[in-house]
Amino acid sequence: MSRADVLVSADWAEENLNSPGVVFVEVDEDTSAYDGGHLAGAVKLDWKTELQDQVRRDFVSKEQFEALLSAKGIGNDDAVILYGGNNNWFASYAYWYFKLYGHENVKLLDGGRKKWELDGRELSKDAVSRPATTYTAKDQDLAIRAFRDEVVAAIGVKNLIDVRSPDEFSGKLLAPAHLPQEQSQRAGHIPTALNVPWSKAANEDGTFRSDKDLLELYTEVGIDDAKDTIAYCRIGERSSHTWFALHELLGFQNVKNYDGSWTEYGSLVGVPIEKDV
Amino acid sequence: MCGAPAQSPNLPAGTDLTKETVIYGVVSAAGAPVPSAYVRLLDGTGEFTAEVVTSATGNFRFFAAPGSWSLSVLHKDGSARGEVTADGPGLFEVSLSLA
Repeated sequence: MSRADVLVSADWAEENLNSPGVVFVEVDEDTSAYDGGHLAGAVKLDWKTELQDQVRRDFVSKEQFEALLSAKGIGNDDAVILYGGNNNWFASYAYWYFKLYGHENVKLLDGGRKKWELDGRELSKDAVSRPATTYTAKDQDLAIRAFRDEVVAAIGVKNLIDVRSPDEFSGKLLAPAHLPQEQSQRAGHIPTALNVPWSKAANEDGTFRSDKDLLELYTEVGIDDAKDTIAYCRIGERSSHTWFALHELLGFQNVKNYDGSWTEYGSLVGVPIEKDV
Repeated sequence: MCGAPAQSPNLPAGTDLTKETVIYGVVSAAGAPVPSAYVRLLDGTGEFTAEVVTSATGNFRFFAAPGSWSLSVLHKDGSARGEVTADGPGLFEVSLSLA
C-alpha cells in the first residue's frame, strides 16, 4: 500500500469533481458545515444520525449501512473520496467505518476542508442528488475494531496509544476544548497508554505528515508493528486519524481502533485509571 | 480581559461559568470580522488542544481550563497569534487581527 492508494490531493480532487465512478463524501463533526458550502457534487454523511444506531450505542448494522449507501447513490465499485472539517477527524472515522464494512476503494482528501478553504478553492451550495444504487456491504472486519474487554486485557501487554491532547490525557480536560467540559465520566487515561496526540501526525494545514516523519514519530515513543496496537481517543474519531496514519500510510498490520474510547472506558466500573493532575 | 465583555459569546444553554473556562473572541482584518478562519488553541507547551472555524460574524469560542494558552489563526488572507491566561473559570476574551 502506498500513500497514493489512500490519499488524494486537493489538486487531484479539483480535477476529478465530475469524474464518473468517483463520489466525494463530506463528513463533519459540525453536521451543518456541508450546508454552508461543499465540494461540488459531494454528498453528505451525518456521522451522528446515519452512522450510529439511534437507540443502542453501536454502529448501524450491515443491512442499514447497505440501505444508507444505496440511498446516497454510492456503488460498490465507486471510488469514495472522504473529506471533512476538524483536520479530517470524522472523515478518517468514516474511512475506517467504510473499511470496517469492506468498501475496497476509499480514500481521504488530504487536508480536508481546511486545506481546501485555505487554498481559496471553490465551495458549492447546490443541492446534490445521485441515483440510488444497490450497495452490498461485507460483515464487519473486526481485525480493525477493538472492544472494551480487549482494551482492558491489553494494559501492559499491547501498545495502547491515547491520541488525545496532553491536557485530556493528564485528566485536566475531559473533551477537546471546542466542546463543553462538564461530563459524567472520570478523567485520565488507561494505564500504560502512550500519549501521541493525533495532531503530531498532521501539518498545520490539516494534511498528513510525510511517511518518514510519521515513522519517526511512532518509533521514537516505542511503537512498532511487532506488538499489536490499539488507538483510542474520546469517541473514536481522532483515533481513526491515527489508525489511518499507522495502518494505511505506514502499513502497520496489527492496529485496531477502539471506538468506545474514553467516553466508554472512563465510565466503566472497576477498571484502572491513571490521572496526572 | 475578563469581567463584563462587550459582546458575550454564544454559549450552549446550561453552560455553568462557575465551572467552565471559556476563551472567546473575534478574528478581524482591517476592522472587519473574518469568517471561516481556523483558530487553534495551544496549551502551555504549544501542543494542539482544539481548533474551531470562525462563524459568519468572525466569532470563535473554546472551553478550556485555567492556565496559559496560545491562539493561532490561519486564513487564506493571513495569520495571527495571541496569548491568554485564564486565572480561573469564567469568560476570557481575546481579539485577533490578521496580518
